[in-house]
Amino acid sequence: MTQAFDAASQQALLETRVQAALEQAKQLGADACEVGASVDQGIGISVRLGEVESVELSRDQGIAVTVYVGQRKGTVSSSDAGEASVRAAVEQALAIARHTGEDPAAGLASADLMAREIPDLDVHHPWQLSTDEAIELALACEDAGRRMEGISNSDGASLSSGEGVRVYGNSHGFLGSQRGSRHSLSCMLIAEDASGMQRDYDYSSERDPQRLALAEDIGVSAAERTLRRLGARRPITGRFPVMFDPALAGGLIGHLMSAIAGGSLYRQASFLCDRLGEPLFPEWFSLGEKPLERGAMASAPFDNDGVYTRDNVFIDQGRLASYMLSAYSARRLGMETTGNAGGARNIRLQVPLSSRQDLLGKMERGVLVTELMGQGVNGVTGDYSRGAAGFWVENGQIQYPVEEFTIAGSLQAMFAGLVGIGDDVDTRGSVHSGSWLIDEMTVAGS
Amino acid sequence: MNQQTAEITVHDALDYAVATLLAPGGLNLSSLDTGLGHALGPGVDFADLYFQRSWHESWVLEDGEVKDASYDIDGGVGVRAMAGEKTGFAYSNQITAEALAETGRTASGIARHGDRLSVAPGVVNQAKERYVGRDPISGLSAEEKIAMLKEADRVARAQDPAVRQVSASLTGLYEVVLVRASDGTLAADVRPLVRLNVSVIAVRDGRRERGSAGGGGRYAMLRLRDEGVAERYAREAVRQALVNLEAVDAPAGQMPVVLGAGWPGILLHEAVGHGLEGDFNRKGSSAFAGRMGERVAAKGVTVVDDATLVDRRGSMSIDDEGTPGAYTPLIEDGILTGYMQDKLNARLMGMTPTGNARRESYAHMPMPRMTNTYMLAGQDDPADIIKSVKRGLYAVSFGGGQVDITSGKFVFSASEAYMIEDGRITAPVKGATLIGNGPEAMSRVSMIGHDLELDTGIGVCGKEGQGVPVGVGQPTLKLDELTVGGTQS
Repeated sequence: MTQAFDAASQQALLETRVQAALEQAKQLGADACEVGASVDQGIGISVRLGEVESVELSRDQGIAVTVYVGQRKGTVSSSDAGEASVRAAVEQALAIARHTGEDPAAGLASADLMAREIPDLDVHHPWQLSTDEAIELALACEDAGRRMEGISNSDGASLSSGEGVRVYGNSHGFLGSQRGSRHSLSCMLIAEDASGMQRDYDYSSERDPQRLALAEDIGVSAAERTLRRLGARRPITGRFPVMFDPALAGGLIGHLMSAIAGGSLYRQASFLCDRLGEPLFPEWFSLGEKPLERGAMASAPFDNDGVYTRDNVFIDQGRLASYMLSAYSARRLGMETTGNAGGARNIRLQVPLSSRQDLLGKMERGVLVTELMGQGVNGVTGDYSRGAAGFWVENGQIQYPVEEFTIAGSLQAMFAGLVGIGDDVDTRGSVHSGSWLIDEMTVAGS
Repeated sequence: MNQQTAEITVHDALDYAVATLLAPGGLNLSSLDTGLGHALGPGVDFADLYFQRSWHESWVLEDGEVKDASYDIDGGVGVRAMAGEKTGFAYSNQITAEALAETGRTASGIARHGDRLSVAPGVVNQAKERYVGRDPISGLSAEEKIAMLKEADRVARAQDPAVRQVSASLTGLYEVVLVRASDGTLAADVRPLVRLNVSVIAVRDGRRERGSAGGGGRYAMLRLRDEGVAERYAREAVRQALVNLEAVDAPAGQMPVVLGAGWPGILLHEAVGHGLEGDFNRKGSSAFAGRMGERVAAKGVTVVDDATLVDRRGSMSIDDEGTPGAYTPLIEDGILTGYMQDKLNARLMGMTPTGNARRESYAHMPMPRMTNTYMLAGQDDPADIIKSVKRGLYAVSFGGGQVDITSGKFVFSASEAYMIEDGRITAPVKGATLIGNGPEAMSRVSMIGHDLELDTGIGVCGKEGQGVPVGVGQPTLKLDELTVGGTQS
């Protein structure tokens, strides 16, 4: 990168600022205080039709101060973590806390839950990459895709590489820091025939640049994914089994996690309110998180409250075993925090895996969904209705591409109706899952 | 909490922006020429500087108390250097001479060979004022803001014993921007934006449903209070939740769909709007590419993008490149007549910028975006439109939408809808996603009401990871056929 990023000195600087804010809050009369600060730097390159389209250098910083006066709270954030700005933020947060109402649940997590050890989780791998090298990689990626017969246009290829530091401290005396990096390369291509234009994409994203997929492979895969969509028809309306591609299965897990998040539960805005201990999935299905897994996308030794993270099991043999709670939401529900302030980290399934072909065989006749559109998921009721594109399956074999249809049902019925999970696990994000085959949903097409 | 209370007119917006954005870092207007000079490296044919500071305040009520309030301050400068189709971009959260030099040199690295252009003298843009530049956050005390939210809570809970949870939020954003470009552009804008939202959870016989309502625009929070929106949106949120408690499963398959006036105009945003943004058409990646002058919608369909509406959420006196906000016809009587353009795409397509360049902040690159997009009124009586349907769906409120601009497929999800049977509105049905193909759906518009309405001011449009506030609107519309994604096949 053209700008140097010295993670160690950035970390030291942020730690000093966080300490200063905590001390200042105490001096000005706050009963408790917590401060989060971060700095991220990166480069983003995009190329299109063999030419550079844009080169973007980013550097973002931010600091957020929350003060507590008795059971009242005020929060101020700023994109400037300079000394003067931090001082002003503390003063303003105290001013807000004079107006907000008493909240019995407000406050820091208990001091005895603070993370004691902050191990290196192998998530910081800077990439010494010049702008020219970055451009070359993106060009190679797009070029490999465009060489594929039938590709008529391109939305381009993009490379992004960044690293950063986050620091969290509170008035218990806890101060934790973590450095991290993320690198990704993606490509989106367009193909056209008499039936119209189609586009699709592929990408690779990793903490460690050495682990990125080959640029050419990403381009070729993006081309194949685009070409296979040409000539799509509309499926017939009816009730059929539906299989979700691995990346989309991660989305279904996301809906589950939002529904068991403390914030949704204490607001009574979840279809999983009061369901703890009840069966939601088949018995062979277990799901948990591994926040301390080395080198993984969401690894972290402490959560956004400073609480130590641990391997939580959320679904145990099909039953809802635990909610996902922060210190605040736990107090609202009369429970204990699960170290999930800021969400779940590295979700992993414990399930028997089947080959994709076996799953298609079990499906017999139905739809394989490879793209979803829109926001038609109601977390309060579990009702599910989304736009989709994918492939029609007959006799356990993919027949032809389909588009312009919806799939609808309820998350409750989809979870209970889970038939099997593929061994085609997508490991690019924080959630790792293979394809999901659901027994039956309503398909609305022609 | 922000102490400035002055009302800034477009005329003195520039002085105000200079004082707010430049003076604290020791800069003045002539330092910007030096700053642009750094970005205008060899081979660079256009450069611009975008300065911004924003103050964002938010108050949130839950369980009858405002327990959460926050204040966010952001600001900095974004520097672009362009060479042909290439753009170099860098930004800094410091507005100083050093930051301009560093970001300018970084951005200019996009080109390395060629002539060095000089900066054209700045000419102040005389744009018309589409809202009063004022700090929307001041003018109401903290106690008055809290009282508004408590009023929403009280009204909602008094509507029906089924109401179990009420959350209400009040937000205000105050933004000062200044644009200086190598083509001589010099423009400033002071933008207020406020919103009040109410969301309720109602529970009856073990069934749980949500209702929500809200709105706002580019004016002061004081106006939200004077117009009594807390009570109005509280009643509306409860009404919607109670309707949903009665809703039966939605139908699945193709049928006539009647869309209510106002917010259902999200149809136009997805089915038409994105596909007519200049960048997608220059690249040939839009289903509308190369179709200028052709019929892309039924006769009678006229769709415009209009930044000039007074005080609306999507309105802009100037866009984020300093071009005055405009009224841009996109489709006239069914014929495609216009794209929405920023400077880059207009130049590359040999067209004129339409004032549609927008960016989320100084840390993001501008691109062609919608402002307020709506369909003009037709002749039909809304009651006749309902009467004309034997069996279909009547959808009056929506969640979000999305479009694949290449295939033209779009979706939008109804959050309040009813069956139409034998020309009468009957049972409420559960939320369902509607899916169609943009040009095809627009050609199936068979009736257009005389009741054009704009939405209440709640839209956020996302594109390439950047969110910007937008408005939509339409009269009651009938589409002869659209696919409804319910569960009853």
